[in-house]
Amino acid sequence: MQALGFEVLWKGKNFARLMGGLWVALRISLIAVGISLVAGVLMGALMTRKNPLIKALTQLYLETVRIMPQMVLLFLAFFGTTRWFGWNLSGETASVIVFALWGTAEMGDLVRGALESIPRHQYESAAALGLDGKQSFLYVILPQTLRRLLPQVINLITRMIKTTSLVLMIGVVEMLKVAQQIIEANRMKVPNAAFGVYLTVLVLYFLACWPISLLAKALEKRWS
Amino acid sequence: MGREILRIEHLHKEFEGKTVLDDLSLTLAEGEVAVIVGPSGCGKSTLLRCVNALEPIQGGSIFLDGAEIHADPRKLPQLRQKVGMVFQSYELFPHKSILDNITLAPRKVQKRSREDAEAEALTLLERVGLADRAKDYPRQLSGGQKQRVAIVRSLIMHPALMLFDEVTAALDPEMVREVLDVLLDLAKQGRTMLIVTHEMQFARAVADRILFLDDGGIVEEGRPADFFDHPKTERAQRFLNTFTFETVKE
Ligand SMILES: Nc1ncnc2c1ncn2[C@@H]1O[C@H](COP(=O)(O)OP(=O)(O)OP(=O)(O)O)[C@@H](O)[C@H]1O
Ligand SMILES: [Mg+2]
Repeated sequence: MQALGFEVLWKGKNFARLMGGLWVALRISLIAVGISLVAGVLMGALMTRKNPLIKALTQLYLETVRIMPQMVLLFLAFFGTTRWFGWNLSGETASVIVFALWGTAEMGDLVRGALESIPRHQYESAAALGLDGKQSFLYVILPQTLRRLLPQVINLITRMIKTTSLVLMIGVVEMLKVAQQIIEANRMKVPNAAFGVYLTVLVLYFLACWPISLLAKALEKRWS
Repeated sequence: MGREILRIEHLHKEFEGKTVLDDLSLTLAEGEVAVIVGPSGCGKSTLLRCVNALEPIQGGSIFLDGAEIHADPRKLPQLRQKVGMVFQSYELFPHKSILDNITLAPRKVQKRSREDAEAEALTLLERVGLADRAKDYPRQLSGGQKQRVAIVRSLIMHPALMLFDEVTAALDPEMVREVLDVLLDLAKQGRTMLIVTHEMQFARAVADRILFLDDGGIVEEGRPADFFDHPKTERAQRFLNTFTFETVKE
């Protein structure tokens, strides 16, 4: 073991530093998914409004977010905001914003489609019973919408997690950078550190992505 | 007859410039059962939908128990509680059990307690022979059973007026009877009802008054025996004739 330099990992904060980059990426995707699910329902409800201005604005938002590659959006959120508004967003905040914007748009479009697929008679039955608009939405329309949405939402979540691997890549770069520093610092004492450290990074990356891809596959099978 | 429940005055209704109901007036007294008949597309459904403001109207006024229906949209939910409506296609909420379908409106709109609402729901279900299906979901019921539940769901709100729009039209023939029996029972209890139907035998049995609707207006009205045996207008005669032909053809 000595020869491969694994012991370098356990020195000081080295291992914690490696894991940090990975955890950031996972956290970004989880927070973004959470925001998207809630904001997407509101967005979807908004998209079914007949008001032409609201329609145009939501359509513009949806198309913009869809057409732009995520990398461009990340770039805009990270550097653009600093440049134009003087904000100093951290990489993590910028990523959460971009993925939440994207997820909200996608979720909103799904919710809109599901809302529109609810037969008009369901609205009318609710109204005829004396339910007001809010009650009708909350107790009659929304529960049916969410039921219809479940498979598509799971699909969206898995897509989001997969796409967040863009950020996972950033996390890996981060990990590699840390790894390099660790290797440099120990070059004299443990010449083989490079091998052990890189191998660990590889295994860690695999361990982070594997369960996600397994989960995605299982969910896809279950809901398709 | 008792107090006036429904008064329609000079109702005018059009869809994108096409007049469907023209200067239609009608009153219904408490406990009265009026059956609307008429050729397809003459505006029967539209008339019922105007009564509980599912359709906006372009002229005239509709009063329910003295209150004008189309006057203030904010008062609509309040007013609609007084009007029960059952549609042609089964419109139960598919994600809710039978019991929850029935108790949703009394609990959320009238703020009644769950115990109270469920107790009454079960009593009403008992009366239409479905007490044992309370925990089931709509998809587990036949069309006729679903329509009976839909009727109960309206009744539990204690409406002053019930509207029925061809509630048996989508049913298999063997289920028509069980639903019509419920309506006949309601008529016996003295409910005020406005019924649209193509079942002429039933119309004759249940109605205090027949309204023959054609070309956007009430062309003829009268007691069932008079209307069916001695229709006065030529249009009503023609309408009833097509009916006997259709019946024979079957
Ligand atoms: N939402 C709508 N938009 C445009 N026209 C409509 C609409 N609803 C109904 N109409 C028209 O209004 C007229 C009356 O329709 P309605 O459904 O009230 O007829 P009906 O007497 O109930 O017919 P049926 O016996 O076939 O049920 C028809 O000519 C129909 O095409
Ligand atoms: Mg009709």
